[in-house]
Amino acid sequence: MEERRVAETLRAAGAVAASSAPWSRMSPRGGGLRRFARRRSSVAVLLCLPLLALIGGLVLYPALYAVWLAMLNKHMTRFVGLGNFLFLLHRPAFQAVILQSVIFAVSAVVFKALIGFLLAHLLHAVPGRSQRVWRGLLLLPWVIPLAMSTLGWWWLFDPSYSAFNWVLNVFGVPSVPGLGATWWARFSVILVNVWYGAPFFMIMYLAALKSVPEQLYEAAAIDGAGAWARLRYITLPMMRNILSITILFSLIVTFANFDIVRILTAGGPQDQTHIFATYAFVAGIQSGDIPLGAAISLFMLPILALGAVFVLRGITRRSAEQAG
Amino acid sequence: MSSRPSLRSERRWALWGSYAALALFAVFFLTPPVYMLITSLKTSAEIGGQAGSPWVVRHPTLQNYLDLIGNPHFRVFFFNSLKVTLCVVAVSMAISVLAAFSLARMKFWGSGVLAAGVFLTYLVPDSLLFIPLFQIIGKLGLTNNVWCLVLLFPTLAVPFCTWIMIGYFASIPKELDEAALIDGASWMQLLFRIFIPVALPGIIAATIFAFTISWGTLLYPLAYLYSSDQMVLTVGILTELIRGDVFEWGRIMAGSLLAAMPPVLIYVFLMDYYIAGLTAGATKG
Amino acid sequence: MAEVSIRKAVKSYEAGVQAVKSIDLEIADREFVVLVVPSGCGKSTTLRMVAGLEDITGGEIWIGGDLVNDIPPRDRDIAMVFQNYALYPHMSVFDNMAFGLKLRRFPREEIRKRVDEAARILDITALLGRKPRALSGGQRQRVAMGRAIVRHPKVFLFDEPLSNLDAQLRVQMRTEIKKVHQSVRTTTVYVTHDQVEAMTLADRVVVMNQGRIEQVGPPQMLYHHPATRFVAGFIGSPAMNFLPCRLERMGACLGVRLSETVLLAVPASRTARYEPCLGRPMVLGLRPEHLTDPREPARPDAARLDVAVDVVEPMGMETLVHFVIGATPACARVDPATPAVPGGVLALHADMGQMHLIEDAAGSVV
Repeated sequence: MEERRVAETLRAAGAVAASSAPWSRMSPRGGGLRRFARRRSSVAVLLCLPLLALIGGLVLYPALYAVWLAMLNKHMTRFVGLGNFLFLLHRPAFQAVILQSVIFAVSAVVFKALIGFLLAHLLHAVPGRSQRVWRGLLLLPWVIPLAMSTLGWWWLFDPSYSAFNWVLNVFGVPSVPGLGATWWARFSVILVNVWYGAPFFMIMYLAALKSVPEQLYEAAAIDGAGAWARLRYITLPMMRNILSITILFSLIVTFANFDIVRILTAGGPQDQTHIFATYAFVAGIQSGDIPLGAAISLFMLPILALGAVFVLRGITRRSAEQAG
Repeated sequence: MSSRPSLRSERRWALWGSYAALALFAVFFLTPPVYMLITSLKTSAEIGGQAGSPWVVRHPTLQNYLDLIGNPHFRVFFFNSLKVTLCVVAVSMAISVLAAFSLARMKFWGSGVLAAGVFLTYLVPDSLLFIPLFQIIGKLGLTNNVWCLVLLFPTLAVPFCTWIMIGYFASIPKELDEAALIDGASWMQLLFRIFIPVALPGIIAATIFAFTISWGTLLYPLAYLYSSDQMVLTVGILTELIRGDVFEWGRIMAGSLLAAMPPVLIYVFLMDYYIAGLTAGATKG
Repeated sequence: MAEVSIRKAVKSYEAGVQAVKSIDLEIADREFVVLVVPSGCGKSTTLRMVAGLEDITGGEIWIGGDLVNDIPPRDRDIAMVFQNYALYPHMSVFDNMAFGLKLRRFPREEIRKRVDEAARILDITALLGRKPRALSGGQRQRVAMGRAIVRHPKVFLFDEPLSNLDAQLRVQMRTEIKKVHQSVRTTTVYVTHDQVEAMTLADRVVVMNQGRIEQVGPPQMLYHHPATRFVAGFIGSPAMNFLPCRLERMGACLGVRLSETVLLAVPASRTARYEPCLGRPMVLGLRPEHLTDPREPARPDAARLDVAVDVVEPMGMETLVHFVIGATPACARVDPATPAVPGGVLALHADMGQMHLIEDAAGSVV
């Protein structure tokens, strides 16, 4: 009560005001209220300022800058408009990159989603304590820094020492060419991505499965629903939102992935496994054609933006559902 | 009477089936790290010898690890990673906790848009903007300077951290702030004495996220750092340990495992927070 | 300790909704005032305006002689008990109670002394080291009250503090709150939707409806002399019966015509008061407890009323009998020995000395 210094002035103002007729004080009170509101929202804006600076300076500005860069010539001396984009679109190597990016992202996400869904169900069926242990083990690929585990995969696939081929040979299967052959290399980068990303799906789906009220299953069982009907009419509808959010989110992340292809194949053989990020790295950083690199990255933008909008919609809808 | 035991055994079979399937996947998921461990315990001679199964260690040795720990380059990488990560975590948490507090509790003009914007920023991948950032870093004179990462990694960490902190803060009942306000707390006291302690699980989850981002991201360090005194672990192992034609696989694997150790340890000890942070994006907010 | 006055207080929201429409209320020092608001009517807005948690759109609020409109909650020297207790989950019971004092930089011994004292009053000394999640609902409620008591504030504000408790605990805590108020005598404003709480706790009850004050008065006054149909129907359980009627002359006196066959005599003492209402559509208000078994000792103003019983609800110490008069459902509260059977006819005594005559259109009690 000693600490009411702040109020002192306000209180004094109140005391002065109290001596006059009640309605003559409309304006000072209004001013005070406004001051209060202004103070509160100015504190709010102040607290957001670092965030705004970060997003503005290191996300929004670079994004606009990227658009500007992408419209310059190689030595950044001349404005070429959409020249870089048109040049890229006409180049078979880049068309291959688009194709490979789509193949990479779509097939990886499909397998991640399927494996994640299966694993989530398997885990859900396992009782509490051992579920924790299994979950802990199965999430490990997601925890190890991707660059490090990809090195491990690279070593597994190493053509001369391939431990992978050794296992195949034990089972009487002939060696596969590994990262040296186009389709095997493509398969490998997808495999590593599935290995890395499936645990994420698993954990998201497991959380979603756990949030489905048990009574729904009990009610369905009493209504005579079998395992398939329960999946079809309860699990899937209840999880639909989180399924789509996770898939879209993963699609964005997979599309923009860099580490796996960079380390495993560096785009090879013959640039056949390049995706946008690695191709932009080679063009922009390694070959020093900054505008071309920026243009390549920007090709991702429409796809990412579309995905992002749908993810945001899904999230808003989900939180509305949870609130309601 | 007869149906009951059969129902029970059916359940048990289903459970064993689940275990078998899980074990199969566990083999798939654990093969690379286990093989990395096996390789890291071998000498170069044993790796090069190619005698018999590559899955067996015949003469286990910690020499690879000792070499790395004794290697001044590797130590520089490690300490660079450490200092960058600590700074990034501190900066990111400061920015995101303040912003989340504001966005979760004080409505102001544009706060809804900003919250959505934060989420969209989270979906901006590092590979979208690394080229213009390369130019910006160059103009700031921070090319090949490890501190540029302290500037850049928060762009990857802050949006998600803010997002999950908004979720955690929003789940604190409003009466709690009102009680604190009546008890005499200022906005800052409310944040530090009520919100942060109450949302501690969220704080931990967000911290872990910021840590893993800045510890494990490859693209920025690979693009912006080139001399070995400025490198962090991810890029250091990739570029410095793989030089020329000689692949010292034992050492590379040992280095990778050492680099993977901090996140894995955090994961082992704080698994619940880790998973909470992972799933928070979709279940909170 | 202080008086609170609310003068022409208005609260409206941006959508144009007026939650509080010009309220005037003077609360004396040490008084226990209960604002009783039926559910879903911006219940605690008035209380939150006194607390400073809601801005005031118009009017003024004075606490202890200070105009507090622009003073933030922490400087109003008030303490509040919330419906969900709002205990700080990360602090022990002791720290929860001490928090407000610590923020105000009270010396350590003083804090200790005040917390111990409050804990003794509330009988929670043994719980001081526990965290809120280790407490039962009733214990949490006590801690929430303790947090208010230690501050020695000018005013206690209670925002439906008992609605999260089960029925039995609610009755117990109600007594507890009354006991605490009797020992600390701090001015108290208490919001509830439960008229029983209002009746049992209050020095004065304020009945609010649609953001307006319907009536202010001591509990017994509200029960016996409700000013409006709303108050009459809200106070008392089961609720008062409202029967559409017409006043007619019955010799020198007046009678209440409920249907073709039913005409109840109004006590002669009320003739003058009710005469202006002759012939207009009115509503007869009669509480179930004033419709009794004729075998009980007859009251002087009792009028006989025969009803066809629909439902009988034995409650133990009494029996509720539901029936229909004209087209209006009504209820009587009779002795358990009364031979009421569904479908049968029951003779009741209507205690017309306790009747209320209500203007049908305006809803005001004559």
